[in-house]
Amino acid sequence: MTDHDRTSPGSPDSENSPGVQEVSTSAEAQGLNIAARTQWQLIRGRFFRHKAALFGMFLLVGVVLLSFTSVGIGPLPGWWDKSPLATGPLYNDGNPTLSLVPEFLGGAGLALGEHPFGQDNVGKDYFALTMRGTQVSLIIAFLVGIVATIVATVIGACAGYFRGWTETVLMRITDVLIAIPLLAIAAAAAKIAGQAGILYLGIVLGLVTWTQTARLVRSAVLSLREKEFVEAARSVGTSSARIIFKHILPNTVGVIIVSVTLAIAAAVLLESALSFLGMGVQPPDTSLGRLITDYRSAMGTRPWLFYWPGLFIILIALSVNFIGDGLRDAFDPRQNRVRD
Amino acid sequence: MLVFIARRLVVSVFVLFVATFVMFVLAANTGDPLSDLRELPEDARESAMAERIERMHLDLPVYARYLLWLGAAFTGDLGVNRQGQDVNILLADAISATMQLVVAATVLAIVIGIAIGIVSALRQYSGFDHVVTFGAFVAFSLPIFWVGVLLKQYGAIEFNNWLARPTIPTLVVVLVAVLVGAAWSSLMVGDRRTRLLAFVGAAGVTTVLLLWISGTSWFTDPGLGPVVIAVSALGGAVGISVLISGPQLNRPMYAALTAAAVGTVLSFVLSPVLADPNLLVIVGLAVTTVVVCVAIGYGFGGVLHRRNAIATAVWTGLFTGGVIFVDRMLQSFASYSRSVQGRPISTVGARTPNYEGTFWELTLDSAGHLALPTLALILVSLATYTRYSRASMLEVMNQDYVRTARAKGLPERTVITRHAFRNGLIPITTLVAYDFGTVIGGAVVTETVFGWRAMGHLLITGLDEADPAPVMAFFVVAGGAIVVFNMIADIAYAYLDPRIRLS
Repeated sequence: MTDHDRTSPGSPDSENSPGVQEVSTSAEAQGLNIAARTQWQLIRGRFFRHKAALFGMFLLVGVVLLSFTSVGIGPLPGWWDKSPLATGPLYNDGNPTLSLVPEFLGGAGLALGEHPFGQDNVGKDYFALTMRGTQVSLIIAFLVGIVATIVATVIGACAGYFRGWTETVLMRITDVLIAIPLLAIAAAAAKIAGQAGILYLGIVLGLVTWTQTARLVRSAVLSLREKEFVEAARSVGTSSARIIFKHILPNTVGVIIVSVTLAIAAAVLLESALSFLGMGVQPPDTSLGRLITDYRSAMGTRPWLFYWPGLFIILIALSVNFIGDGLRDAFDPRQNRVRD
Repeated sequence: MLVFIARRLVVSVFVLFVATFVMFVLAANTGDPLSDLRELPEDARESAMAERIERMHLDLPVYARYLLWLGAAFTGDLGVNRQGQDVNILLADAISATMQLVVAATVLAIVIGIAIGIVSALRQYSGFDHVVTFGAFVAFSLPIFWVGVLLKQYGAIEFNNWLARPTIPTLVVVLVAVLVGAAWSSLMVGDRRTRLLAFVGAAGVTTVLLLWISGTSWFTDPGLGPVVIAVSALGGAVGISVLISGPQLNRPMYAALTAAAVGTVLSFVLSPVLADPNLLVIVGLAVTTVVVCVAIGYGFGGVLHRRNAIATAVWTGLFTGGVIFVDRMLQSFASYSRSVQGRPISTVGARTPNYEGTFWELTLDSAGHLALPTLALILVSLATYTRYSRASMLEVMNQDYVRTARAKGLPERTVITRHAFRNGLIPITTLVAYDFGTVIGGAVVTETVFGWRAMGHLLITGLDEADPAPVMAFFVVAGGAIVVFNMIADIAYAYLDPRIRLS
C-alpha cells in the first residue's frame, strides 16, 4: 500500500504509472529498502525498546558507580571521606542526614549531610559501610555469573555435542548437584570457602549454581548439532572444538546470557541469605546480608541500620531481573508477542 | 510408559546415592568438630575429646565414615549428633514442624498464584496486569530474611499494639478504598462508564466495610454472625455455579443454593457439636458435607446436568463449611487474645508453650504462629506461580484449538474453563511438583528468622558444628524430596503431554 500523505514530488502518481525512476521512491515509501540490520542491531533495538530493562540498566550502573567511586576500591580512595571501619562521635543521635525534599517544599534541599545513611551505635558511618557491603555483594554476584557461565557452557556444550557416554556422565553430575538443596550445598561450600575471602566465596558459589544454565545450553546444542551448517562444517573436516566454539556456541549466546543474568540476580539473594545465616562473608569483610544480620536487633531503635542494606539488595536484584527480562524479550521475541 | 518410569527410577536412586556422598564429604569438612572441646580445662579435655572421636569415628578417613553412616542409614538409623542425641528423634520433630509451615504456604501460594496469573493473562496489558507483573518482579528480588524481620516488626509487634485500640484512620480507609476500586475497575471489560461504576461500587463497599469494622471495634471481638454466614454462603453458591456451569438459572445453580442453605442451617443445628470438637469431628463433618452435597447434586441435576450439579454442590458445600470454620475461629478470638496478653500474632516458634484451650483456641494459636512465616514464604513462591501461570495461559490462549472453540460459538466462559485453563495447567503441574520438592530445603532461612526448631535448624547447627549426622538427616529428607518430586514431575508431564514420551 502506497501512502498518500507523502508529499514528496513524484509519489502521488506512482501508483498509476510506476516508471523506472518511481520504483525506488515507491519502494522507499513502502519501507522496502531500509538499511539491512544485523542480528545484533535487531537485538539491541528490541532491548532498548524495553523500558523496564533500560530502567534496570541505569539503576544497576548507578548502584555500581556509587558503590565503587564513593569508598574506593582497594588502595584507590573514593570521594567519600569517611571509612567504613572508623568509629566517631554520634552526630544527631546517628539519624540519617540524607535529605531529598527540595527547599521550596520545606525540606533541607538535596543534601547528603554529615552521615547520609546515619550511624550505628558506635558511630561508624553507615553510608560507607553500606557502600562497602554493596561492593562485596556485587563482586560476589558477578564472580558467580562468570564462573557459572564458563562451567555451564562447557558442560552443556560437551554434553549436547558429543552425546553418548560424555552426555550421560555430565548430565548425571548435573542431576546430583540439582538433587542437593541449593542452600545446603551453598552453605556447606561457603562455610569452607568463606574464611578464605570473598573471591573464593564467589567462585565456590559459581561452582554450585550452574546447573540450570547447563541444562538449557545442552538442550539448545542438541537441536543445533543436527542443523545443516554443522553437518557442512563436519564434512570438511572441522575439529569438534572449532565446531562447538565457532559454529554452535554463538547461536546459544541468547540462552546463556538470559539464564546467567537471572542466575546473577539469584546469586545476590543467595549470598545475602548465606551471610545472614553467618555462613557467607566473614568479618572484617562485610556484605549487605552481613549488615542486616549484624544490625537486625537494632530494628526497634535504629531502623535505618536495617533498611539501607535491604534497599540496596532489592535495587541490585530488581535491576538485574529487569535486565534479564529485557534480554529475554530481545533474544527471543516470540515469547511475549501475543496475537489476539 | 513403564520402561520410562523404571529407567527414571534407577537413575534417581543412583543420583541420590552420589549426592549423599558429596554432601557427607562437604559436611564433614566445614570446620573442626572438636573446636569447643579445645577450650576445656586440661584435665577434662583429653577424655572429652577421646569420647567424641570415638562417637563420631574421627579416627577414620571421611569415606570410611561415610560408609559407616550409609550402612546404618540403610537400617533406618541416622546416627547420633555431636552431643550424642539420637538424630532420628530430632528429625521426626523437625519434619513435623517444617511440614506444618510449608504445606499451608505452598498450597496457598499455588491457589492464589494461579488465580492471579490467569486473571492477569485474561486481562493482558490492563492496569491490573502491569501491577501484578511489577509486583512479581519485586517479590523475586526480595531477600526473604529482610521481609521476615519487617513482618515481625509491622505484622506482629505493631499489629498487636494496634489491636488494643482497633480503629482505622480515615486516610487508610480512603487509600484502601481507592486501591480496591482501581483494581476492580481495571478488571472490567467495557467502556468508561462501566469502569467508573465498578470503581465507585467497589470503593463504596470497601469504605462502608472498613468504617463499620473501625466503628464497632470489630477486631476486639470478631465474628461473622448468622447474616454474614448466610450471605457469603449464598454468594459463594452463585459465584461457583457461574464459574462451573454458567450464569443462567438452571439445575446446578439450584443445587448450589440448596447446598449453601443446608450448610447454613446445619451450622446452627450442630452448634453443640461445634463448641469444642476435635480434628476427627472436623474431618468427619467435611466428609459428610461432600456426601450430602453429592446427593443434593445428584437429585437436582437431572440427567443432563448431573456432573455439573454435583461438582457445583460439592464446591459450594466445602466453601460454606470453610466460612463456618472461620466464623468459629473468629468467635474464640477474644478469649484467646486475653489468654496471650493481647498479643495474638506471634513472632517466635510454632506454638505458645504449655498452652491449653478448646480446639478453636488451639487452632488460633497455631494460626497466630503460622501467619507471618507463611506470609513470608508465600510472597516469593506466589510470584513464581503468577508468572508461570500467566505465561502458560497466554500461550494457550493463542492456540488454534482455542480459536476453534470460539469459532464454533462456545461462550467465553466455557472456552476459558474447559479448553484454555485445563491445557494451561499442564506446565504448571510440573512446576508444582518441582516446587514441592524444593520447599523443604527452601524454608531454612524463614525458619531461622522466625525461630522454628525445624529442618533448617538441623542443617545450620550441623554445618556450624561440623557434625555430618544432622546435616545428612536434613539432606535425606530434603534431597530425597527433590529427587522423588522431580521424578513425579517428569512422569506427570509425560503422562499429561504424550509428545514428551514420543521424543
